[in-house]
Amino acid sequence: MSALAVEDLHVWFDLPGGRELHAVQGIDLALAPGERLGLVGESGCGKTTAILAMMGLLPPSASVAGRVLLGGEDILAGGDRTMRPHRWTDIAMVFQGAMNAFDPVKTVGSQITEPLERAGIASGRAARARTAELLELVGISGERQDRYPHEFSGGMRQRAAIAMALACEPKVLLADEPTTALDVMVQAQILELLVRLTDELGLAMILVTHDLPLVSQACTRAAVMYAGRIAETGTTRELHHAPLHPYTRMLFQATPDLRGTGAVSSIPGAPPRLDEPTVGCPFSPRCDRAFAPCAATRPPLRTAGTGHLAHCHLEGGA
Amino acid sequence: MSPQELAEAIVPATADTRRRIPLWGFLKGHPQAAIGAAILVVFALVAILGPWIAPYGPREQVGPIFGTPSNPHPLGLDDAGIDILSLLIYGARITLIVGFAGALVAVVVGGLIGIVSGYFGGRIDNLLMRITDYFLVLPDLVLLIVVASIWGRSLRNIIIIIGLVYWTFMARLIRSQVKVVRERAYVKRAQALGASHLRIITRHVLPQVLPLILAQTVLMVALAIFLETAISFLGLGDPNAPSWGRMIENAFDRSAISYGAWWAIVPPGLAVAVVIMAFNMLGTAAEDALNPRLRVSHLLRRHFRMRPLPDKDDAR
Repeated sequence: MSALAVEDLHVWFDLPGGRELHAVQGIDLALAPGERLGLVGESGCGKTTAILAMMGLLPPSASVAGRVLLGGEDILAGGDRTMRPHRWTDIAMVFQGAMNAFDPVKTVGSQITEPLERAGIASGRAARARTAELLELVGISGERQDRYPHEFSGGMRQRAAIAMALACEPKVLLADEPTTALDVMVQAQILELLVRLTDELGLAMILVTHDLPLVSQACTRAAVMYAGRIAETGTTRELHHAPLHPYTRMLFQATPDLRGTGAVSSIPGAPPRLDEPTVGCPFSPRCDRAFAPCAATRPPLRTAGTGHLAHCHLEGGA
Repeated sequence: MSPQELAEAIVPATADTRRRIPLWGFLKGHPQAAIGAAILVVFALVAILGPWIAPYGPREQVGPIFGTPSNPHPLGLDDAGIDILSLLIYGARITLIVGFAGALVAVVVGGLIGIVSGYFGGRIDNLLMRITDYFLVLPDLVLLIVVASIWGRSLRNIIIIIGLVYWTFMARLIRSQVKVVRERAYVKRAQALGASHLRIITRHVLPQVLPLILAQTVLMVALAIFLETAISFLGLGDPNAPSWGRMIENAFDRSAISYGAWWAIVPPGLAVAVVIMAFNMLGTAAEDALNPRLRVSHLLRRHFRMRPLPDKDDAR
């Protein structure tokens, strides 16, 4: 059974004037225990909104539909009421920019201890010991727990944020751009850390990023999001070498290659507005292989081998 | 393609992108502000139209001393046989003028000192803030009694006294806000480009603190009206201006209470209370709308809603 499964997840946001923005338009994801899944796509395609919905952390202006299954139980069904017992103890998150979210007047350790005490896992001396252990786990000396956030470097704060997410031994970790705003060396270290942790702890992880090489490096599978929908899912190898959806191919073409083969090309145009219903394939105006049915009808789900799926009218790959 | 055509191509001018009138949206989103504003409009109209709608003059004896409320005099008569309703209407003028003028003095003086102090910092800041501290530690009531008795009892002096008492509060508030804005990157950028202090203050700092000043001004008017009433009640008001505070003082002085003439005290007292409340309702709502830091909605435990899945045909 999968550690986390998302079925037909939708998120809408209220806009002034009674209109709505359909930010996430029915996505399906499945995550096996210990699996690392990359969630990629350009800015504003709904990556962060989707994983915030999985954590039940959306604001009152949002409305949600669909199912989020954690170990077979739909934790989204009852809204915050059913989400609360699982949040942080079963499913935890490293927030975007988490390293800047530490309270500057409290020690790093006390901020990691807080979820431990809230969840009733440990308190007092035991909580301190556990905090030290968590910091050691992410490569920071346990004695540093009495330091303040400003005494940590950016990479250390990011590690501490990861330690905080791991505090209650969750089964699923959602990491929202955990390496953004870090230099490449630290990026590599954080990535290595996340890979090691998922392997050691049997943790399933969704890695949200727009950095494709990062996903290829860290994840076995990835889902490419476009305009609130998943365009294509498959192993990172399949996505790179045999994409089914032109968007996936163009996304990889827009990423510089280490060997310097092939020119970097950008994708012209802009994503569609999400406050109006889209007809046909949302990517069709920007697609280099669009043909008649693309603008008119919703693309069907195509498969090429197990687990490699795409919503595209094209047959036989992009 | 001309730049304008380009701009139109990028941003299609649709009806729904037009900006709505902010005031209307504000009143709609803050019912308490709408109520406060409505009350104030009524009082302002009464004050402006005073001489035309008041049934009698403010010094005209029209009946017996402490005449009970009756048909021609719905709020009764005072100790000199003057119609209370007419006094109340004329009093609205004086009270509102003193309230606004006093608040204006406090805001202008306090705002100016706050901006200069916050923007320039260092020695100037130190000097100005020590002066502010000095005024802050003086007890308000004692200060105003002393000043009023030295300068004499006139409307102008009362307005100055109100400014004197409240400018410190304003200066402190504006100073702290200016200090925050001054450190922003765009202010540094303007400095690097060689913009003069005056330009930075008027173009970059003032627009940032103006909303705060506006909201505080509204609250300040309420305080000024309160202080004017207090000054008048202590017998230090302008003897020629029938403000609400003076009406209360007068009735108290001429033992309206022992006559059982409640109508000489209750109406002006109620008027003061209602107007101050209205200013407060409007001011706190404005503060809430203009200063997002005071907003606590994100701390409330309200969450997203669940809804059924949309029709497949509908969404796809």
